[in-house]
Order: sequence, then structure tokens, then C-alpha cells
Amino acid sequence: MEPYTDKVVEHFKNPRNVGEIEDADGIGHIGSEVCGDIMDLYIKVKNNVLVDVKYKTYGCGAAIASGSMLTELIKGKTIDDVLKVTNKRVVEALGGLPGPKVHCSVLAEDALKSALNDYYLKTTGKGLPGFKPRSEHSHDEK
Amino acid sequence: MKRIYMDYAATTPTHEEVVAAMQPYYNNIFGNPSSLHFFGREARKAVDEARLKVANFLNAKPEEIVFTSGGTEADNFALKGIAFTNRERGNHVITTKIEHHAVLESAQFLETQGFEVTYLDVDTNGLVNPEDVKNALTPQTTLVSVMHANNEVGTIQPIEEIAKIITDFNHEHSRSVYFHTDAVQTAGALNIDVQKLGVGLLSISAHKFYGPKGVGALFIKKGTRIKPFMHGGGQERRRRGSTENVPGIMGFGKAVEIVMKERENWVKHLEPLRNKLIEGILNIIPDSMLNGHPQKRLPNNINVTIKYVEGESMLLNLDLEGIACSTGSACSSGSLEPSHVLRALGRTHSESHGSLRFTLGRHSTKEDVADVLGVLPKIVTRLREMSPLYKKK
Repeated sequence: MEPYTDKVVEHFKNPRNVGEIEDADGIGHIGSEVCGDIMDLYIKVKNNVLVDVKYKTYGCGAAIASGSMLTELIKGKTIDDVLKVTNKRVVEALGGLPGPKVHCSVLAEDALKSALNDYYLKTTGKGLPGFKPRSEHSHDEK
Repeated sequence: MKRIYMDYAATTPTHEEVVAAMQPYYNNIFGNPSSLHFFGREARKAVDEARLKVANFLNAKPEEIVFTSGGTEADNFALKGIAFTNRERGNHVITTKIEHHAVLESAQFLETQGFEVTYLDVDTNGLVNPEDVKNALTPQTTLVSVMHANNEVGTIQPIEEIAKIITDFNHEHSRSVYFHTDAVQTAGALNIDVQKLGVGLLSISAHKFYGPKGVGALFIKKGTRIKPFMHGGGQERRRRGSTENVPGIMGFGKAVEIVMKERENWVKHLEPLRNKLIEGILNIIPDSMLNGHPQKRLPNNINVTIKYVEGESMLLNLDLEGIACSTGSACSSGSLEPSHVLRALGRTHSESHGSLRFTLGRHSTKEDVADVLGVLPKIVTRLREMSPLYKKK
């Protein structure tokens, strides 16, 4: 496997926005122990803006860095902007991920969608339009 | 930064004396051992001497040693060679769930070619039960392959007992089931005597015990029915075509010489360090456990599961501190499944993802062990704090 970029290593060494938000407006929970990666994402929303974001992860270096980068990409942004954030944006911002690790960025995107879905459910009673809750992550147990 | 290498099971630094022994064979004594002229003859003489050393090392005859490109080739040769050559006698092969991929994937390939393979379970310490071998033998069996010691968890298998079961079976049923062992991990640590072990085939690899990379050997007991692995030359008594890797073979010969002289000292040096590291981790880090057999294990192997954290993230953090080790986590290999060995020992997926392996060698010191015990608990605390699986008690 190719080595991680400096950006990945830097985020892995100093992950941003780690933790939980007790009175979160939306919580995303994605992944499983079987896959070896889990991500929890907490969002606090005020006037359509993600005023605070925290995450926790059980996973490899790429998962930790992807979660960290995701929080940087979405914190302080409007929901409309945040909806445009995909796993590709996370990978680009990290300066790339080794092929087998791209699924870690998908984990981050899914955690975001899951948190937004939770927020929509709580505020409008309807989930995130177009959101299909995935029971499992991009690779399932064999 | 101080760098601490604790991945000797992956590879070892080539011994200075080995490097010196190889040097003349690149440009000074460079002949092709198959050539009839002086240059060829002197190269052949050297290869023959190295072959004798490796044979003595294994308590075998020189003509029973086939030099290969390493352990993987030796394993491939053993499995495919025996299975295909003896196909008319039967199409069944027995191996275990914890073999190195060189054996496992060769066995899986054989399955695609119409062979039947039994993969034996192991107990929670990684031991094969010889009775299971007995029960798996059928009139169709031609080969049993059980590794000498496991590369991940270090468990040493009861090879002699298994050999006895196979010998008895052969006598009772007038069969000639062959017994192969992958001894790639053991050569630097245990006495490898093919007579005493009772095996018909045995794989070793030089770079695992301070020899060069790219050279190994398969011991094939005299009288074994096995066709050539590589066609295209008369080398290795027609069993493996290809011009001999003369410098590599010379380094291999020197490496076994050093091992025979030093092995006991190394073991005396390594065992206390191993025990200190195992005890230290289990004592200092809550929710950690040893993988592999507590006693029947290689003198240099430490394999632990640290719960609620993932192995690659620990490995990378250790690497940032200058400490090199390995993990059975899927995330380190690029595959999605964690270590097949840990799973076979009954570890859950997450316990397997959370494993770390430290393997020591002749340059390892007490200070190295103390450094790991100083650094690792801090890393674990930090990663557990950000792990959704970890709930503070």
C-alpha cells in the first residue's frame, strides 16, 4: 500500500474537533466493529449553520484523518454548503488516500449524511431527502 | 530520532558476516555453476559447500536441499509439487487455518484444480490438535502441511506428534502421505532437525535469520515423489531450473553457520525481553490480552490485543515515535478482513483489528522494551478517548 500523504499524517497526529456534543441537534453513527471502523458525528445547528461539530472514531489512520478533515470542511458552514460535501472533497482535502483507504472517506460522508438525517428527523419529522440509511458500511461482513 | 525495530518476523537486518561472505560472489567469483570451465567450477564448488552447510543445519543430506527464491516458493513447491505429482494416489490435502498465505493460497489454488483440502481448526492458543490430523486422514490424502511455528502469534506446533500419527497411518494403511512443515519462522529460534521432527518436506527462508532476502530452501526427503517446480534447466538435481543465486546461497550458508553458533545465546537474550514486554503490556494497559500460547511460543514473539482501539492507528502512532511493529488489523494490509490467524484462535473481529505484534531480534535491548512500555500506554489512552467503543469505567 502507498504511504499516507503529509496532510493525512498531520490530521492523524492532531485530529481536530474530537469529542461529543451533549445537546447535539443531530448525531450520526456509521460503521461496525466487524469492518474495523466506526464513526460518530455530532452536529449543533443554529440558523441553518453548523455552529459546532465533534466526532469520535474507532478506526485506522485514514479513518481518523477523514473524520478530522470532515469536521474542518463542515464546521461553521450552512447546511446547503454542507450538503455538497462528499467523500471526494474529503479525499481531495487530504491530498489523496491510498486506494484501499478510500472507504474511510466514505465513512466520513456517511457519518455526515446520517447526522443530517437525524437533524431533519428531529426538526421536520422527515429525514434527509434522498438519504438511504445504510445498515452496513461500504464493505459487509463475509 | 531513535528508531526501534521490533518487526524481526517480517525481516531481519543481514548479518555483517553474511554480507562479507556474499561480496566475492558478485564480481570476483561470478561464474555460472553450470559452466564446465574454471569460472563455473569454482562457483559450483561454493554452492556445494553452502548446500552442505544448510543440509547439516537441518540434519539432512545435501542432495535433499533445493534452493529456492525464499519461503513462499518453497511452500508453493511443496504443496503443488506433492499434490499434482501424487494425484493418482489421491486428491486430498490437509492443512490448518493458521498457515502463512504461501501455504493457504496454494491450498486454495489446489481446490480450484479439483483437489479437496481440509483446513484444521486450532485451539484458542493457536495449537493444532494432533488427533484432528488423525481424524482428517483419508485413503485419498497425499499431503499434510502444518507450520512449525506461527508467524503472527508465535505458537509452536507439536510437529513430532503429528509426524508420528502420519507415520503410523502410513504403516497401517500402506500409504505414503507426505508431511510438510513451514519452518520459516523457527530457524533462528528452534533446533530444526528434520529427522527428529519426522517431516518429509520443510521450508526455510534466509532473511528471517540474518541472511539475505531472495533465497530459501525446501528440504525434500530422499525418495519423495515430486516433479520439478520450474522447468528450463537441470539445476537443483532437475527440480528447479534457473541459474543459482550464488551470492544469496553463499549468504544463506553463512547465516545458518551463525545461527548454529549463536542460537542458544539469542534465545537466552530474547526470552526475558519477550516476557518483560508481554507482562508490561498486560499489567499497564487495561483490557489487553495476549494472543497465542503463553508457553509454547517463539522466544521473540509478542502479540497482544488492545481492546477498543484499532491496530493500524496504534502502529502509526508507534511509528511516529520511532517504534516499528505490525498488526493483524485489516486496515494495515489493504484487505478488509482482519488476520485469519487471530480469527481462527477465536478472536472477534474487533479483537483482531486491535492486535499488535512485536517481534524481537538480536539487536533488541532492555531499553527498547522499556521505551515501548513508556510510549504505548499513552497512545492507547489517547486513541481510546476518541473511540466510540470505549466507555470509561
